[in-house]
Amino acid sequence: MTHFSKFLAAAIVTGALGLTSVPVQAETPPDTLIQAWQLDDIISLDPAEVFEFTASEILGNSYQPLVGYDVNDVSDIFGVIAEKWEVSEDGKTFTFTIKPDLQFASGNPITAADPVYSIQRAVKLDKSPAFILTQFGLTADNVDQMVRQTGDMTFELEMDKAYAPTLLLYCLTATVGFVVDKELVVSHEVDGDFGYEWLKTNYAGSGPFTIREWRANDVVVMERNDNFSGDAPAMARAIYRHIPEGSTQRLLLEQGDIDIARNLGAEEIVALADNPDLKIEDGIKGSIYYMGLNQKSEFLSNPLVAEAMKYLVDYQTIADTIMNGKVKVHQAFLPEGFLGALDDNPYSLDVEKAKALLAEAGYPDGFTVTMDTRNTPEITAIAEAIQQTMAQAGIMLELIPGDGQQTLTKYRARSHDIYIGRWGPDYQDPHTNADTFARNPDNSDDAASKPLAWRNAWDIPEMTAAADAAVLEKDAGTRAEMYLALQREHQQVSPFVIMFQEIEVLGIRNNVNGFIIGPSFNDNSFRNVTKTE
Amino acid sequence: MSVSPANEGGRWRALPILGLKAGKLIATVAVTFLGLLVVTFLIGRVVPVDPVLAVVGDRASKSTYDAAYIALGLDKPLYQQFFIYLKQALSGDLGVSVLTKKPIIEDIARVFPATLELATAGIILGTLFGVPLGVWGAVRQGRLPDQVIRVVGLVGYSAPIFWLGLLGLLVFYAKLQWVAGPGRIDIAYEYTVTQTTGLLLIDTAMQGEWGAFRNVLAHLALPATLLGYFSMAYISRMTRSFMLAELGQEYIITARVKGVAEWRIIWVHALRNAAVPLVTVIALSYAGLLEGSVLTETVFAWPGLGQYLTNSLQNADMNAVLGGTLVIGIIFVGLNLLSDLLYTVLDPRVRRRS
Repeated sequence: MTHFSKFLAAAIVTGALGLTSVPVQAETPPDTLIQAWQLDDIISLDPAEVFEFTASEILGNSYQPLVGYDVNDVSDIFGVIAEKWEVSEDGKTFTFTIKPDLQFASGNPITAADPVYSIQRAVKLDKSPAFILTQFGLTADNVDQMVRQTGDMTFELEMDKAYAPTLLLYCLTATVGFVVDKELVVSHEVDGDFGYEWLKTNYAGSGPFTIREWRANDVVVMERNDNFSGDAPAMARAIYRHIPEGSTQRLLLEQGDIDIARNLGAEEIVALADNPDLKIEDGIKGSIYYMGLNQKSEFLSNPLVAEAMKYLVDYQTIADTIMNGKVKVHQAFLPEGFLGALDDNPYSLDVEKAKALLAEAGYPDGFTVTMDTRNTPEITAIAEAIQQTMAQAGIMLELIPGDGQQTLTKYRARSHDIYIGRWGPDYQDPHTNADTFARNPDNSDDAASKPLAWRNAWDIPEMTAAADAAVLEKDAGTRAEMYLALQREHQQVSPFVIMFQEIEVLGIRNNVNGFIIGPSFNDNSFRNVTKTE
Repeated sequence: MSVSPANEGGRWRALPILGLKAGKLIATVAVTFLGLLVVTFLIGRVVPVDPVLAVVGDRASKSTYDAAYIALGLDKPLYQQFFIYLKQALSGDLGVSVLTKKPIIEDIARVFPATLELATAGIILGTLFGVPLGVWGAVRQGRLPDQVIRVVGLVGYSAPIFWLGLLGLLVFYAKLQWVAGPGRIDIAYEYTVTQTTGLLLIDTAMQGEWGAFRNVLAHLALPATLLGYFSMAYISRMTRSFMLAELGQEYIITARVKGVAEWRIIWVHALRNAAVPLVTVIALSYAGLLEGSVLTETVFAWPGLGQYLTNSLQNADMNAVLGGTLVIGIIFVGLNLLSDLLYTVLDPRVRRRS
């Protein structure tokens, strides 16, 4: 068998030599930004449908809204496609004037017809984010009358009530308010579908980049928009690669095969911190991590139990160790940066106090409840830490792992005990979170609306009325006070253990500069990104 | 007198019989597919996941939710939903994915070549190394080479492929820089190649893009080696086992008594007979790789069928799950059919029974 042994050895050596001779790329092209991100949540590229984090960012860099805000001070609202706007005396009608000489990537000029069409089609298509517009009383039947073009460059938007003026403006900064190229989209309409079949995988915007291609779970390729009205981006191309694993993203970043890693875990962030070729940048996001305690549960409906649970989470340790800089402790339903956000964290781990509260509630020996836990590494790790501290007071927490849709289905059916989750605001107005954490207009099982308060069967007619009053208040100062009062009460009595606010952390090659991390994903911008040699 | 039961002269006379056998198998296949569809469809409907959520998300209004519920046909009785799906499937329409918004056929045509390329490279490596190592182990039974091969095989068979993948990336990509990183091709080459077959090695070679070809090879090398190692572990163990059985047969002793060269006894006589069951082993290994190695595809960011199916399952995209299941069914049945046909070619006893 000596011949055979030699043959086998030769085959192995040849194979190894063959591998070493293949070319390996060392760095990304100088005019191309390459990011690694978990892209499997993209289901559409149509602004009327997009609601997911990744697609929101892609649209934020390829479409333009009527109005925008300063990401460092969201109270500073300015026109993007709109030159100016006026509010009628009764506070129910906005008149927008469009900036002159703007054009879409297609070369078509932007006129008032485009935002009017964009809003009308979003309402009529009635996809997931449509409620952001329909909450102003717009329906498929009335939207043609309520949103009307009054001139080449002017249009009016009428609402059913005189809401706080910033509410509409912030809602128009959401992706559902982005302006699409009417002429281009109409040319692709089939059977009155408003071009939906076409636009869900194509592009009709005016932002700094165009979307050249989206291959699901693979890649999104964007190219510089030569017809963009602002300063031309330095990057000719921006490419997102679907890399689901944080550890794989880390390897690619270290090797220089990508410029930015978007899904680094806490361990990867620590490991990369000392690498001289890389930098870690972060920015606060609006997402809130919380536990919802179902009020249908015999134990959890006791207010003393809910209060005890708020003392049974080791907030700071989780933020510092498990999440390692990816969250900050935050215990109110409005995230930092929002009008009226409450920056007060009264709860910390206090087992003795929790035990006293449980004894007062009639459960000195604790009880057993379940917690539906999405099986992502971070949520699972947080849940396990909470399980440990709850046990110290006698509360046996049984974790039920499941994927996102599975736990959500159960949550929406109100058949959970405790749900641990993450909630991101839909727009920058405080009503977005008040509407879900502090409003529950109908607590019946077949209610049309299913805000978080409903999902936890928390019947709050008085707090709902207070939230309804706050959304109609026109004076910003008074409105902020109303939300502060609402949050203080909510913090004390609600069946929500609000724990953290998300911080987005990016690993970036040292030669890449200018990436802006905004409060929401559609604010993240690579328009000003440059690369040095 | 031939000491091998294989009869080369009669091999091609079996073709008409093969046709009859294939006809019977096709009938079996149809029933298998129907069963597969029924089971998958029912599982998809009884899992505690709301498929409407995948379409409209968590925050849609009731009107949006209701419209999607009706559009998905969920307002109809279960049997009606199934027959509608069956009717569409028989006409070649597997529906539209709620996640990618594209026809399932189009999605599968996009992701399957990636898996096919990876699995084929993996099974070629697995077979090329697995069969000789298995033979060597059998011939040197109990000695050092045999022990080494068994340990290597055991590691390949039992170590988590996810861990091996990450370790491989760390060593061969990050440290030694012998291979390219995750993905199928570098961005720099991505748009120099027109994807005709979707098999990038073939596409780049057909277009004479040899730089891109070598880059694709660099990306393929590590995941294919990993899958090849995984297959090799199984194939070498089975080959060793089949060869040990053959080497103990009387016809081997007869051959030795007649003075036939040892290499001929092993490679021509024993392996020829061991090859018959080995075909099934290799075919099933190949089918296993073709259904998409989810963890390998995740670690190597390989946009293949495994990732597509997993993502669809997690999001309750039942059209995609059913379509993917059908493809996997076709792969398994097809490869079973092929191995059955090869049995007939390789083994004259099967031919005679047919």
